[in-house]
Amino acid sequence: MSYHPHSVLKRARVARVFLLLAFGALGGAFFRTQVLQNAEFVLVSETNRLREVPLPGARGIIYDRNGQIIAENLPGYSVSILSPTADSLRSALQSLSKIIAVDSAQQALALRRYRAAPTRPAVIFNDASFQVVSVLEERRAEFPGLIIQSTPKRFYPDGPAVAALVGYTGEISEAQLAQPRYEGYKAGQQVGKGGLELQYEERLRAREGQRFVEVDARNRVVRDNGVRPEVPPQAPQPLRTNIDLELQRFAHEYFGDSLRGAVVALDPKTGGVLALYSAPSYDINKFIGGAPFSFYEALRTDPHRPLVNRALAGTYAPASTWKLATAVLGLERGLVTMDTRMPTPCTGGYYYGRVFKCWDKKGHGDITLAQAIAKSCDVYFYQLGLRIGLTNLLAGGVKLGFNRKTGVDLPFEGTPVWFADTKYFDRKYGARGWNKSVVLSLSIGQADNAQTPISMAKFYTALATDGYAATPHVVDRPAERTRILNVTPEQLAGIKLALSDVLTRGTAAGAQIQGLTIAGKTGTAQVNGQEDNAWFVGYAPADDPKIVVAIIIEEGLHGSTAAKVATKLMEKFLKAKLTLNVVTND
Amino acid sequence: MLRRQSIDVPLLLTALLLSLFGLAMVFSAGQNDSPDPGLEMLWRRQFLLLGVAMSAGWVVSRASVRLIEWSAWPLYLLSIVLLLAVLVFGSGGGTARSMSGWLTVAGRRIGQPSELAKLATTLMLARVLAGQRDSIRSLLDLWKPLAVVGVPWVLVMLQPDLGTGMVFIGICFAMLFWAGVPWQLLLMLASPGISLILAFSTGVWGAWFLILVALVLWYRPYLAEGAVLIVVNLVMGVAAPILWDKLKPYQQRRFLVFIDPAYDAQGAGYNVIQSKVAIGSGGLFGKGFTLGTQKRGSFLPERQTDFIFAIVGEELGFLGVVVALALFLALFLRSTRVAARAADAFPSLVAFGLMSAWLVHVIVNIGMTLNLMPVTGIPLPFFSYGGSFLLVSWLAVAVLLRISSEGRGQPDAIGL
Repeated sequence: MSYHPHSVLKRARVARVFLLLAFGALGGAFFRTQVLQNAEFVLVSETNRLREVPLPGARGIIYDRNGQIIAENLPGYSVSILSPTADSLRSALQSLSKIIAVDSAQQALALRRYRAAPTRPAVIFNDASFQVVSVLEERRAEFPGLIIQSTPKRFYPDGPAVAALVGYTGEISEAQLAQPRYEGYKAGQQVGKGGLELQYEERLRAREGQRFVEVDARNRVVRDNGVRPEVPPQAPQPLRTNIDLELQRFAHEYFGDSLRGAVVALDPKTGGVLALYSAPSYDINKFIGGAPFSFYEALRTDPHRPLVNRALAGTYAPASTWKLATAVLGLERGLVTMDTRMPTPCTGGYYYGRVFKCWDKKGHGDITLAQAIAKSCDVYFYQLGLRIGLTNLLAGGVKLGFNRKTGVDLPFEGTPVWFADTKYFDRKYGARGWNKSVVLSLSIGQADNAQTPISMAKFYTALATDGYAATPHVVDRPAERTRILNVTPEQLAGIKLALSDVLTRGTAAGAQIQGLTIAGKTGTAQVNGQEDNAWFVGYAPADDPKIVVAIIIEEGLHGSTAAKVATKLMEKFLKAKLTLNVVTND
Repeated sequence: MLRRQSIDVPLLLTALLLSLFGLAMVFSAGQNDSPDPGLEMLWRRQFLLLGVAMSAGWVVSRASVRLIEWSAWPLYLLSIVLLLAVLVFGSGGGTARSMSGWLTVAGRRIGQPSELAKLATTLMLARVLAGQRDSIRSLLDLWKPLAVVGVPWVLVMLQPDLGTGMVFIGICFAMLFWAGVPWQLLLMLASPGISLILAFSTGVWGAWFLILVALVLWYRPYLAEGAVLIVVNLVMGVAAPILWDKLKPYQQRRFLVFIDPAYDAQGAGYNVIQSKVAIGSGGLFGKGFTLGTQKRGSFLPERQTDFIFAIVGEELGFLGVVVALALFLALFLRSTRVAARAADAFPSLVAFGLMSAWLVHVIVNIGMTLNLMPVTGIPLPFFSYGGSFLLVSWLAVAVLLRISSEGRGQPDAIGL
């Protein structure tokens, strides 16, 4: 090689320039990455190491009218795990299952939860037992990413007594997550699944907080607290209701495990729901933390269908309780007064093409409308129905609200069955396949008429007051009342008197309560293939009604049975109110 | 004999500072949130290895340049033998577990012969180039130096160790340049490789090919040589896709990931992405010594070896990076000065060759941490944990010190 100092010097200069350029370029690249793009990379590195762990909050507490707790939260523990991949979660679950019982269904569920929200800890147990928690705490080091934290769990102190009213909570479903109503919800969170819990989900919803844990590349939690200030969960405002828990308990005690039926109690002036019960009931606490499938399946296949909310969605022929609608429609049209007698006295039956029987074979004789209400005389109402006429009766029923939901603030209310005009009969029986005799059955609350207990209760709020029906509502809000009865005050007073007579000398005479004036109407509905259903709808005190009760007992045989329960319920409510008043007066 | 007053203090000091800086980084690499005893202990071993390497360097610095020149042949042959042995008995390690770079005896990994081969090849190449009497005018004149580099290169590529292969090519070109080979010839020599890379775009390759033809016409090599060159470039351009298919999937991934790390963000691209995040999040002043979150949380892979420089970026920030780069630059400028001041052609070539070997490592390794270079898994001199390379680096320092002390006395005369 040419090793002349001059040429070496030249090459050294080239080399030096090359070195300076190369290091200048490297330095520039680092400047760009570290100084200019710093914020962007800081964000990525923070995302790398920080995991947001939701701090489960408590749902809003639900109180009854006296401040008794209907729904509250108990301390519980949830066990979840942070995983970088589904595979690592699977292997973590497998090793967990060697220590504690995690069946394959729970494992599959945890994996589903992971896929729904991979950056959140996948919940394995929503409500872990103390034993499981202590075993896992002890061996925590073996399970990187394991998160055990206190998680409030829903508790209903009177579970079976309030099942139809409050519903229950459960993990949000994938279908719900897709709905606009549940925007902002995340997989694994608890939502109301029925009743008040569903209706007032927005208000009761747990506001979850966040804490941050620091993890390493394998999602092992390396620092648990102080990484970043935590955001505590916020407690929602409690929900105050018009419910009287004592009435719920009374209803539950009465119906027990063997009877079927429903009770609805309303404040006639405001529409406030005082009680709402459906039997048979079940313990909603068993749904909390994920009910075993067998429990749900047993409820679903139970021939007595406990999952049907009879108070809201059970539709029954209203029978004689509906006679008041016929009476009102007759009075409104000026066809009768309370003292009007019908051309044909009751001899136990009425001939209209065929014999239509009265419930009392002995007959009621020649009676007024007031007496017909007290004695529930079918023959009288057959003739009144004929006088009103089918078309008018159907239209009148619509006016009184018998084909509409009551609008109560609870989900899954059933629509009562009532047809606005005769087209339905044409469809059902053929244009010439039916005749006016349909009106006879309709006017005594039978045939093509099926009402829910709550719709009957709403109708009676109008009878109990000044002709205005109050929309039922569980949670307090301004009363919403609609005038449905266009009768004169004198006519209304006459109706009320007749309804009082039902308990003093009529069909519910045995249900009278000492010291209490009660008004109401019994009903005994014939059902094909089973015993008669017993109805009672009424209110008390008769002179200044504070409670309307509608009660149905399936196969309760006679309305007087229902009346006895209803009046006891009224007594319970009014006596408690009396005591309360005395206390406040002290 | 090394006289005390002629020690190249700046060179020694820079190497020492780099070693201590590196040792601190190896210590930091062991400080993690999930304690890893294996990693935690490394800095002690590295400290011991540094002592061994410096002692070995002291011994070597006693050897005269003459002795070093004499030892070039035996060292070269030894490294060829070891490279052959490693192909048979070797095992993988580091980011390149599929390779066989380690000499393993009875299950214990003793060292990486390719590190020794770098040193030996540099010495051998310097010997051959220094002995070349006539000035080099043709590619054919280069057959001897090319053979010297070619043999170990092929053996290294058979491991296969692309990174070390790149180092050999870098050393080769740098020393040919230092030996005074005209740049036109160097470009022609590099042309098949350039064709291979540019062949991925037909248009770019076409333009390059025209430039090459113009170069050949202008420089006028032998007719046959020019023809062969043109043909080889044509073949490379055509064969590139076929060669691509011959690459192992992990090698292909590394190239694809180099172009876009997101191509395999959880796999091959993960390392580079996390390294860049570590460096970028360090900012101007860094997160503090041992406090890098990317490192502590083990997000940063191979943090004690290939990606150790990302710790510098994350924990010491841009300022730390500048200091490290400045130290390297100082070492290289000083080594170039040693080369320029050397008493003779052989030591001058050796000095420049050793400098260029480090340079390729530094550029490729540090470039890799920012995804400026493909991930090839070659270590960072004085920083990356590992005995063989540290030992060879300090032997190189010793040789440079010796060359410096035997060099010409008036450095200012050549303006460095």
